[in-house]
Amino acid sequence: MSVDVGLPPAPPPAPPKAQKAVVRPGDRIFFGASVGAGITILIVLAGVALFLFIEAWPAITADSSELPNQESLVKYIAPLAFGTVLGATIAVIIAAPMAIAIALYITHYAPPRLAGVLGLAIDLLAAVPSIVYGLWGIFVLAPHSVALSRWLEGNLGFLPFFDGPPSATGRTMLVVGIVLAVMILPVITAVSREVFKQTPQLHQEAALALGATRWEMIRMTVLPFGRSGVISGAMLGLGRALGETMAVAIVLSTADVVSFDLISSQNSGTIAANIALDFPESSGVKVNALIASGLVLFAITLAVNMVARAIINRRREFSGAN
Amino acid sequence: MTLSTTRRPRRVAAAMVATVLCVGLSACADDSDDPIADSSDSSPSTSGSASPDSADSGTKLSGTLSGVGASSQGSAMEAWIAAFNEKYPDATINYEPTGSGAGREQFAAGAVKFAGSDAALSEEETTKAKSVCGDIVQVPLYVSPIAIAFNLPGITSLQLKAETIAKIFDGKITSWDDEAIKADNPDADLPGSDITPVHRSDKSGTTENFTDYLKGAAADSWSYDVSGDWPASGGEAAQGTSGVIAAIKSAEGGIGYADASQASGLGLVKVGVGSAFVEPSADAAAKILASSERAAGQGDASYAYELDRKTEDSGTYPVVLVTYSLACTQYASQGDVDLVKAFLSFIVSEEGQQIAEENAGSAPLSAEERDLFQAAIDKISLKS
Repeated sequence: MSVDVGLPPAPPPAPPKAQKAVVRPGDRIFFGASVGAGITILIVLAGVALFLFIEAWPAITADSSELPNQESLVKYIAPLAFGTVLGATIAVIIAAPMAIAIALYITHYAPPRLAGVLGLAIDLLAAVPSIVYGLWGIFVLAPHSVALSRWLEGNLGFLPFFDGPPSATGRTMLVVGIVLAVMILPVITAVSREVFKQTPQLHQEAALALGATRWEMIRMTVLPFGRSGVISGAMLGLGRALGETMAVAIVLSTADVVSFDLISSQNSGTIAANIALDFPESSGVKVNALIASGLVLFAITLAVNMVARAIINRRREFSGAN
Repeated sequence: MTLSTTRRPRRVAAAMVATVLCVGLSACADDSDDPIADSSDSSPSTSGSASPDSADSGTKLSGTLSGVGASSQGSAMEAWIAAFNEKYPDATINYEPTGSGAGREQFAAGAVKFAGSDAALSEEETTKAKSVCGDIVQVPLYVSPIAIAFNLPGITSLQLKAETIAKIFDGKITSWDDEAIKADNPDADLPGSDITPVHRSDKSGTTENFTDYLKGAAADSWSYDVSGDWPASGGEAAQGTSGVIAAIKSAEGGIGYADASQASGLGLVKVGVGSAFVEPSADAAAKILASSERAAGQGDASYAYELDRKTEDSGTYPVVLVTYSLACTQYASQGDVDLVKAFLSFIVSEEGQQIAEENAGSAPLSAEERDLFQAAIDKISLKS
């Protein structure tokens, strides 16, 4: 329909002259700079992986008596990997629905001016240093969570998550999950907001014209359209939660266990926090063991990002992230 | 029309890409920082500031001396350096309180001229250090009492035997009105509330010295090894001295261990020694070295101690942290010899010990110990 309206007819195929395209210095500089930047990223990533592997190797091959737990590296890292994944999962479970709701409010419900302010406020959350979230967690959230933990144990104690006994100080996995949720909220919100905004106006108007209410319109057009974007946003958030160090290090009361109990004082540590806590006083193979745990974290994060990428690529045309 | 509908999403898409990129980059920024720090870490930090550039051995001291090690003596070290600088304004001393492990490792590798450590060098580290050092000077110049602090409203002091303390931290005694606690505190109005033992979640010299005390003084009730990582299960974990204090304060019935200078405002445990109970104080802590035995076989200038945690001498407070200062007996340059000697001699002097007591609440060494350690420090000489 739009092809033959006002456009001049396509020029006849030009005979392929041996004319070189004009190249100005700007082109060369820009080409060099962008290629260089791209290659640098790859080199840095490869360097990190190589460093982790080389430094982890002595721990992998070390005699068990030299390791931090004097048993095996797997036994040392497994609880940490478990705690890392558990904390990050709780964070995403809490943050993702909230982020979607906020994003929908900003794009479809809020008056434009308020939407702008709200968007800014959410972005500001991302600018707060993680150590500040940690302090907030330890001094505000943790003491206030004690009553909640006790209630959960009393009323939902039959679930393995709330088995108890509840911690007296509130330095629990649940609090860590909440702190991490607040930290990753801006990432998921920002990505969701951008995808929701992209929903074709025509789809939305068509849904409304067919008699859909606003919620039905969102359910039929915005959410399906934005699904992959939301998922990739959640994965980005998950990635950040997996690697969060300081906030977890100051809040969590850790023990060498694998436990689903979210409200007790015996929590699995996380890899990143454990490295921060133990590195300064470690020496010899114990440092290598910490780096080996870092390698595991690297692998976990890489896997999460690859899954996110796969989901984005599956519906490439709808996602803004390509 | 088609044009306009295709163009708009593209612009949004561009913005979108930008956002995601930003997010991605900021997420990456954390990761990419670390390896740089680490890789520079693995190559010894002798370069730059650490290498003393002056071989001037005149009457005036000058040059730069860098050390790393235990953070426990961090505040004392700051005070020592400040006072030392007043005496010798041309000399620069740096001390990085990155941790005992790092201190021992870098010292043994010859990367730094002196170090501080909450534990004596291991055999392996000693051998390694001797290969770069000649002999090693290893002297406990910082002794600090570790307080066992608790949070019970209205109670400022409790008397506890080592056995009882071990059982509390092992989770065997769980209530404040337990018979074992009552027996030693007949007058205290003990509540029936739960005990929340708090320990360090990070690896620390304080934990190492505290578990050493429990193992030494209450071997029957404490089956765990001495370790910088809290070895037992149960209890709350908190990061750093300040984290432990905060956790004790936030939980009624909490009890934990921390450097005595940081434990103000909490109830303090008087520890059972022999038949008496001793409260944490610098003076009582200082006596521990006198009753302890020097570990054998580490060289003439090495004063590593097997601390006598079991002491029955009622004036001694056995829950102490000891930080060793590590140095070589032989340095390749006269400048290093003069600087290290002068600085360690200053720390071991009466004045130096007093400065640490005022600034960090540590226990000043006795006159005999000062003489003993000074003699070790005097062994530092030029490599021939």
